Amino acid sequence: MEVSLSINGEVRSFDVEPRTLLVHLLRDHAKLTGTHVACETSICGACTVLLDGQAVKSCTVLAVQADGCEVTTIEGFAEDGKLHPIQEQFWEKHGLQCGFCTPGMILTAYQLLERNPDPSEAEIRRGIDGNICRCTGYQHIVDAIQAAAVELGKK
Amino acid sequence: MIPSAFEYLRPETLEEAIRLLQENSEEAVLLAGGHSLIPILKARLAQPGILIDISRIPGLKGIGREDQALLIGGMTTHHEIESDPEVNEVCPLLAETASLIGDVQVRNRGTIGGSLSHADPAADYPATLIALDAEFVVTGPDGARSYRAENFFEGPFDTAMEENEILTSIIVPAPQGKIGGAYCKAAQQASGFAVCGVAVTVMLSDNGQIEFASIGITGVSASPYRASGVESALTGQAPTAETIEAAADRATEDIEPIEDLYGSAEFRGHLARVWTKRALEQAVKMAGS
Ligand SMILES: Cc1cc2nc3c(=O)[nH]c(=O)nc-3n(C[C@H](O)[C@H](O)[C@H](O)COP(=O)(O)OP(=O)(O)OC[C@H]3O[C@@H](n4cnc5c(N)ncnc54)[C@H](O)[C@@H]3O)c2cc1C
Ligand code: FES
Ligand code: FES
Repeated sequence: MEVSLSINGEVRSFDVEPRTLLVHLLRDHAKLTGTHVACETSICGACTVLLDGQAVKSCTVLAVQADGCEVTTIEGFAEDGKLHPIQEQFWEKHGLQCGFCTPGMILTAYQLLERNPDPSEAEIRRGIDGNICRCTGYQHIVDAIQAAAVELGKK
Repeated sequence: MIPSAFEYLRPETLEEAIRLLQENSEEAVLLAGGHSLIPILKARLAQPGILIDISRIPGLKGIGREDQALLIGGMTTHHEIESDPEVNEVCPLLAETASLIGDVQVRNRGTIGGSLSHADPAADYPATLIALDAEFVVTGPDGARSYRAENFFEGPFDTAMEENEILTSIIVPAPQGKIGGAYCKAAQQASGFAVCGVAVTVMLSDNGQIEFASIGITGVSASPYRASGVESALTGQAPTAETIEAAADRATEDIEPIEDLYGSAEFRGHLARVWTKRALEQAVKMAGS
């Protein structure tokens, strides 16, 4: 089945089986491996991408459901080689260790700050509770998102 | 984890969706937000031959107001409900319930119609929609009919809907007056599903007595239910701490609590009584303020 979607601003078409998951279209067909797969059971959030601006777990979306939609992955997040303020603050505040959860974590953080530009610590923790990190213990991730909120607020 | 192969259809009208269901009733299932169905397909707990995606049918999505009620399309997402200004103003209890479902990614995709049709005994909306005395409108080959929320759920993953019917909208009455509502739940850690979820609405009369109380409970029994014993213990009474505590003790009257790895029957019964008390206290406080 023909699926046509915009990935990071570029319209592309793929011929996939209807059972193909969006995460596999991105990784195996579009060769964008920044979106990770871990639990495969809709829990960990490593596969999070933006679908028409909304954070979704791409292991729980069929590629055919994204037909005609806009997808943003971590590869499309930096602009002209310059890191997004959220990426910068993950770097500054040590918001990652192994980095496996990071692409999903950053896209979820983006969704959070877009809806709530000045979140409390509790709101940040609730906002990212669909994303699991087995390394950091979360505190540095919360710090990074708080710092990114301040940076984005200056713009 | 990849589902077994299926054919994918995406009707553009409700009539077309119902016709496709009728023509393929042996092997077709509806796909809404996919956040119950896709995990099931991936685990191959079901292997339907055809998926009928109803997400692009105009008119199935959105929130409107009609007299003293909210009208919510079946394809409306949890996020749309939690963030809608009208729902927050007219029925904050429903917005709060939606905001407590899963995580943000789940709320961005999952729909109210999908959640109710799926009838997971641990789902959140059923408690709240029973407490709000909502009506579910379903449309099938013979036209539309409706169910009261409390008569809709018939067992785990089982509803009163007939084959080939689609849950098209939810009507939520929004009475005026000294009303308060609360939803309290003990959640499963990983998913957020309710081990016990209690929704309460109360209305106080001008002299501060309880005019009516309406209580829906989910997660505790094989189906969500109305706690009638609690309600009758409260009607016409002053909302004192003793009255509330004695009423809450009737939360599992005539109910057999279920048992699973999240809790024993005894534990669930205890949770139901404690959370009923807390939800009542919150709702009464809100109604009085
Ligand atoms: C990680 C995770 C955490 C979750 N946590 C919670 C939670 O805390 N609380 C909670 O309540 N839920 C939770 N859920 C479930 C979530 O709310 C689902 O979105 C919801 O149960 C199903 O809605 P859907 O739109 O995704 O339906 P789908 O998955 O698309 O469909 C579910 C079933 O309903 C049928 N169906 C769908 N729409 C209709 C319709 N309009 N008419 C007739 N039949 C229809 C389908 O055929 C299918 O059988 C969670 C899910 C996940 C993946
Ligand atoms: S891989 Fe998608 S949620 Fe874990
Ligand atoms: S940094 Fe390793 S999983 Fe989060």
